[in-house]
Amino acid sequence: MNLTLHVWRQKGPADEGRMVQYEVKDVSEHASFLEMLDVLNQQLIGRGEEPVAFEHDCREGICGSCGFMINGDAHGPMPGTTVCQLHMRHFKDGDVLHIEPWRSRAFPVLKDLVVDRGAFDRIIQAGGFISVATGEAPEANLIPVPKPVADRAMDAAQCIGCGACVAQCPNGAASLFTSAKVSHLNLLPQGQPERFDRALSMVEAMDREGFGYCSNHAECEAVCPKEISIDFIARMNRDYLKAKAQRGMKTPLQT
Amino acid sequence: MATTTLDSRIPPGPIEHKWDEHKGHLKLVNPNNKRKFTILVVGSGLAGASAAASFAELGYEVRCFCFQDSPRRAHSIAAQGGINAAKNYHNDGDSVFRLFYDTVKGGDFRSREANVYRLAQVSLNIIDQCAAQGVPFAREYGGLLDNRSFGGAQVSRTFYARGQTGQQLLLGAYQALEKEIASGKVRMFPRAEMLDVVIDGRGRAVGIITRDMVTGKIDRHAGHAVVLATGGYSNVYYLSTNAKGSNVTAAWRAHRRGALFANPCYTQIHPTCIPASGDYQSKLTLMSESLRNDGRVWVPKQPDDKRRPDQIPEPDRDYFLERRYPSFGNLVPRDVAARNIKHVVDEGLGVGPQKNGVYLDFADAIQRLGRKAIEERYGNLFAMYEKITGEDPYVVPMRIYPAPHYTMGGLWVDYNLMTNLTGLYALGEANFSDHGANRLGASALMQGLADGYFVIPYTIGDYLSGHLGEKLSTETDDFRRTEAEVQERVNRLISIKGTRSADSFHRELGRIVWEYCGIARNAAGLQKALQLIPALREEFWSNLRIVGGPDQLNQELELAGRVADFFELAELMCVDALDRDESCGGHLREEHQTPDGEAQRDDEHFQFVSAWQWNGVGKTPTRITEPLEFEYVKPTQRSYK
Ligand SMILES: Cc1cc2nc3c(=O)[nH]c(=O)nc-3n(C[C@H](O)[C@H](O)[C@H](O)COP(=O)(O)OP(=O)(O)OC[C@H]3O[C@@H](n4cnc5c(N)ncnc54)[C@H](O)[C@@H]3O)c2cc1C
Ligand code: FES
Repeated sequence: MNLTLHVWRQKGPADEGRMVQYEVKDVSEHASFLEMLDVLNQQLIGRGEEPVAFEHDCREGICGSCGFMINGDAHGPMPGTTVCQLHMRHFKDGDVLHIEPWRSRAFPVLKDLVVDRGAFDRIIQAGGFISVATGEAPEANLIPVPKPVADRAMDAAQCIGCGACVAQCPNGAASLFTSAKVSHLNLLPQGQPERFDRALSMVEAMDREGFGYCSNHAECEAVCPKEISIDFIARMNRDYLKAKAQRGMKTPLQT
Repeated sequence: MATTTLDSRIPPGPIEHKWDEHKGHLKLVNPNNKRKFTILVVGSGLAGASAAASFAELGYEVRCFCFQDSPRRAHSIAAQGGINAAKNYHNDGDSVFRLFYDTVKGGDFRSREANVYRLAQVSLNIIDQCAAQGVPFAREYGGLLDNRSFGGAQVSRTFYARGQTGQQLLLGAYQALEKEIASGKVRMFPRAEMLDVVIDGRGRAVGIITRDMVTGKIDRHAGHAVVLATGGYSNVYYLSTNAKGSNVTAAWRAHRRGALFANPCYTQIHPTCIPASGDYQSKLTLMSESLRNDGRVWVPKQPDDKRRPDQIPEPDRDYFLERRYPSFGNLVPRDVAARNIKHVVDEGLGVGPQKNGVYLDFADAIQRLGRKAIEERYGNLFAMYEKITGEDPYVVPMRIYPAPHYTMGGLWVDYNLMTNLTGLYALGEANFSDHGANRLGASALMQGLADGYFVIPYTIGDYLSGHLGEKLSTETDDFRRTEAEVQERVNRLISIKGTRSADSFHRELGRIVWEYCGIARNAAGLQKALQLIPALREEFWSNLRIVGGPDQLNQELELAGRVADFFELAELMCVDALDRDESCGGHLREEHQTPDGEAQRDDEHFQFVSAWQWNGVGKTPTRITEPLEFEYVKPTQRSYK
């Protein structure tokens, strides 16, 4: 198939950037979207032009490196799929595709389709962990976890931190990302001692980083390549509100 | 600096007590003094992240580096199947000794017994640590941890988190690391590629040189010790199951500065990967080994059989693994399966549009257990397969073909995980130590975390304690010289201005290494490769084209630097494979096979580690050997009949 691409080109963080049109010919339907861009890049190098910078590593939908908008959809048109796992058989000859980086105040563009997602790491730093130094752990089976709880925690823990949720959200909110980590840890018995502090500090970190507020558009859930549910946002908000209330109290909340 | 003998520093005494005894005698750094030491950790995968977090918890100052935009994206994230530990939760006869035994035997008697025993011992602590961190391992209905049997093991000792065990273990270590970053004990440098290690006049590692991948700035970092946890080198083959960024540069730069590279030819080719679909193919995707528990491997008996697979009747199918290995059947070890699959495809019996695969068929299992049971076991893998190929494996058999997956070779390290260069350590897949000539499934995650959480935090103190009060400085001649050399190399790559992209050279190199130093090797092929590789390397250095300058985000420059190192590594792999005139584990020399076509070891002449010393580009490296002794597991011919 032959495609017309309009790709966002931006030399560096300070450059203004613009869309540039490219024609890609004879694309195989079995190639992945990133392989299609590889082919384009090889052609650009052949012509002495700078290839399009985009982030990728595992190309298996698990590292969360890749991601950009295709015709306004984060990770493109297929549900539950990262761009590295998106194959060209879902497109057709003659398609015109607009490819742009994540757009969010909290994710500045570094070059072309590459953005800085460091804000996500800083949200984790605020409390996305269980404090247990190496060697302190008790025997693993001393802490039974009911299977449904473990399964639910795993549903949340699957987040790959790609940033699609933020990119698709009209408010640029990071609630799905943050709530996935809060829920993963707050559901588990191991996470109880730090539960309310965690919710409080991670939500505050989210605000500090310049992400917007969640107003329940649910666009994030629709584009999440791991199909993480917005129910986790409600769960995070409950813990956050309790934690806020606790701030004025003398004795800590019961978990 | 010429090293002639190797001291592996294996502690004396019975194997069960070696590690405890050793720990009891290692020198310690006083808690108040720990903050006076800076440790540089390159890599944030399971090995690097666990080490960096543990060092910081102990009180050391840590700098951690990775080339991704976040430490959470290290290649460990992609591991699917699980992690081994000798917990014996299933009461099925597992023990530290059995895990040790299986690992030594699986490695075809080319690993160090003492290291492997320690690995099996600390496997117990790993599971405890990860469970406490909130890793959502699979559970049974009673709330206790679930296990499965994996990769042909006769006991259930594999812990898992759906099909995403590596992801969850890495996130556990990453979270511990982020906590320490928040506390200020770790300074994280993402998007920083280590391009060299700085060695002082006394042969000690004192720092590294990095390139900021956004601005192109070359930086110096000084440390009292340097820890490399930079992963494996399967991408030398171009097509592999590894992440695109995985590379050998950090280890290779250390090798060029004097660190010995051990057993480079020991590579693992994984039998169950999705075959390549075209010449644009950028990587290969692993389909978990667990699929062989229920899938049956076959090809049509007639080449070019045009019938749909479900139309081919039983008598016209060859279930070649079941036929050749009646007792292990489809569950033979990775190397045996991979070799047999390549063999039938080479004979022209391959299936699929490119005739480059064999069937992995679930029809029987679905009939026996029901579709639901298969969905529960493999749902996510089946979905991934369908996403990639557009075929539904519940209806049409999967097609699989082997792909390079793991590298057992790596930097030579002693029992303390120190390389032969003082103060330079190597952990995880980057070192050579525990898997011999073949790694068992679910043992790499175990080794990475063992090294990072439970070995290096002890052994590094022994070294550091002798260097209290030493001031760090990057304003030394050693730093200046190394930085200048790094800068010079970057400039050289950029200024070639030829006509071919780094990717095109990489692909061509990969084809050579796959052809002659892949699943099966022979002397004539290796000699040929040793002519082809240097010729292509020379073309690389005279005809490479990098578009864009050095002082910016430049993915072509990054790739070119890695490919340049893969060229030199590829040559060493072939030298090692040619020199090792025996077969063992994943290294099959066609000249040395049993009548059944299995790897035929030559213990009399090759029961040693080959540690290679760099002598310069295009110069023959020097082999230094570390003899291996087997006191507890008697070497036998592996047999999976
Ligand atoms: C698809 C797949 C599935 C697997 N499944 C399993 C499994 O089920 N069980 C199992 O036990 N094993 C499995 N393995 C193997 C296992 O995942 C790896 O061996 C292991 O994760 C390696 O961990 P590591 O910490 O040594 O290195 P990695 O995770 O590869 O990390 C390397 C780190 O080094 C950094 N780095 C590298 N070079 C540089 C440089 N020059 N400068 C700065 N930073 C650098 C990277 O940024 C990264 O942070 C699998 C492997 C693959 C490919
Ligand atoms: S490249 Fe890893 S998720 Fe797409």
